[in-house]
Amino acid sequence: MSALILAADDVNVAQNVAFGIIAAMMIFAALSVVTSKNVVHAALWLVMVLSGVAAQYILASAEFVAASQILVYIGAVMVLFLFGIMLTRAQIGKEAGLNNKGWALGIPVGLVLFGLMAWVILDAFGDDIIADGPPTPTVLLSDQFLSIYLVPFLAVSFVLLAAAIGAIVLARKD
Amino acid sequence: MLAVNFLLLAAALFCIGVYGVIARRNAVMVLMSIELILNAVTLNLVAFSLINGAVDGQVFALFVIAIAAAEVGVGLAMVLMIYRNRKSIALDELSEMKG
Repeated sequence: MSALILAADDVNVAQNVAFGIIAAMMIFAALSVVTSKNVVHAALWLVMVLSGVAAQYILASAEFVAASQILVYIGAVMVLFLFGIMLTRAQIGKEAGLNNKGWALGIPVGLVLFGLMAWVILDAFGDDIIADGPPTPTVLLSDQFLSIYLVPFLAVSFVLLAAAIGAIVLARKD
Repeated sequence: MLAVNFLLLAAALFCIGVYGVIARRNAVMVLMSIELILNAVTLNLVAFSLINGAVDGQVFALFVIAIAAAEVGVGLAMVLMIYRNRKSIALDELSEMKG
């Protein structure tokens, strides 16, 4: 498969090599997230997956989304996760009982789902080649946000406010 | 760059996340697996934005990032409340709703 990708004519080889390295790293880190016996280690592996996703956004010429990914996920969400882990007093070190009794059921489900999706994706997109383009200017994104997506944008800001207040109400001690 | 590259990577991440949601018992670990799933979806949205040459996919990806941040905030607050009430965040012990 990868030899086929590298051999394709119009394909930018350097981009593909970078994609392959980052993708392999991301898959390994994601598998570590779901198999690690240590909650804190799983959170740190998740940081690796999230930064890999940000790198893929840059390869997909979506720079603003990559910057948002780093700011929101690595900057804010991971800190929240670490706080959550500390406040629920996870054991430092290995912890037993992180998995369900029927955890092995997840393996066939995941594999069948991946097989199905890979089949559909390969059937639909086959060897479509994406043309190389310049990075998306942020002006285009902001034009979309402030014109046709203005109402959803305001709704999202309201949802964020409601979620922040809701989280405070849920988590406070009274 | 081949279109299937991004889509297959996102599918793999999605399936790993689904496995995590099924296999994990600790509520924080389930939330982390949900983050994997959401990231797979945003990666797909950005890839489709690139394939179609339209910027709308990136707009949707930013919406998903914002909603995911809200989801984690509320989710962890709920986990914290469950921990305070039960001194445990094992999901299979939360069976009051079982008939």
